[in-house]
Amino acid sequence: MNQIKVLWNGIVKENPTFVLLLGMCPTLGTTSSAVNGMSMGLATMAVLVFSNLIISLIKNFIPDMVRIPSFIVVIASLVTILQMVIKAYAPEIDASLGLFIPLIVVNCIILGRAEAFAAKNGPISSISDGIGMGLGFTIALTLLGAVRELLGTGRVFSFEIFSEDYGALVFVLAPGAFIALGYLIAIVNRIKN
Amino acid sequence: MKKLQSTWYNMSIVLTLISVVAGAALAYVNDITYEPIQKIKEQQLQDGIKAVLSADKVKVQSVDTLDGVIVYVTNKGKAVQASDPNGFGGKLTVLVGFDKRGAIQGYRVLESAETPGLGAKAGEWFQKGSKGCIIGMSPAKNNMTVKQDGGDVDAITASTITSRAFLRCVNAAYEAFAKGAETETDGESGATRQYDDNY
Repeated sequence: MNQIKVLWNGIVKENPTFVLLLGMCPTLGTTSSAVNGMSMGLATMAVLVFSNLIISLIKNFIPDMVRIPSFIVVIASLVTILQMVIKAYAPEIDASLGLFIPLIVVNCIILGRAEAFAAKNGPISSISDGIGMGLGFTIALTLLGAVRELLGTGRVFSFEIFSEDYGALVFVLAPGAFIALGYLIAIVNRIKN
Repeated sequence: MKKLQSTWYNMSIVLTLISVVAGAALAYVNDITYEPIQKIKEQQLQDGIKAVLSADKVKVQSVDTLDGVIVYVTNKGKAVQASDPNGFGGKLTVLVGFDKRGAIQGYRVLESAETPGLGAKAGEWFQKGSKGCIIGMSPAKNNMTVKQDGGDVDAITASTITSRAFLRCVNAAYEAFAKGAETETDGESGATRQYDDNY
């Protein structure tokens, strides 16, 4: 399979957030600012690439009936390893990202891609799919975070665009996440059609 | 290679193998990262104590624990770590530095799950020069509650719940500080644990 096509598929055609509507829990929960959204996206991408690779390598050894528990064990172990490594060697990242990392285990994008792609394709395509889907997720989360941060606090990536006093607080809170996500999906659909 | 059939035998073998490999990998990584993580934790605490006591070098002389509140007695004053479970997003842990008379020298939020852009501002809001400055106040003289509750402290805009939790931490820290001061005048050190490291 054409690797670039696989990448493009993850970023645009089947963007996990805007098109597949997968992983809504971390999407809504962690995008209160652009930096938070981007961090969550990148951490998810790291796990996704490794889980896709491992699962595509061991897929033939896993009987169909126990594939879901097997995938979950692989993913949960990867996330825990990532968390320990970040804690030990990159404490600055841990300070800003630490809260989100355990959440990656329950992110259905990862299990979804393991099931829908890695379990049927070879290791190289699976890595491409992991990068593509991960980038698509990262871009979507960064965009959503930037919109919410701008409307809520007048800033994007902590650069002030307009005074905080004019910000609508609701966009930083949970209801704003739903509103902003809804409009973003509408806009993306309009552009795509 | 052909895919393995879903027989009882295959399934139990595969699941066991995967779990054992995953467990071994986790144990191995944990073993490697355990020491660096502990070191970083200690370093962060050190930095925190230095920051709240505004000192370049601090020597921790003893550590006391009173009802979950941790008192670090140093040669530059006392730093007290207190938590409150009822922040807006859950647990809030604050390290507060007091001078000898009990005035607040500095503070640092060690652990919080407050809303970014709102309650998460607690890290700067109560510092010197900010709107809700508590530096230099003393819980003995000032009423350390938010203005809405009749106190002396400006709450974070739209984050009164966080502000209340934060001030509960500060007050709990002061209580522990005051208790510690009493036992000291009695010439007792209580259940202090001596630190022999060269901080």
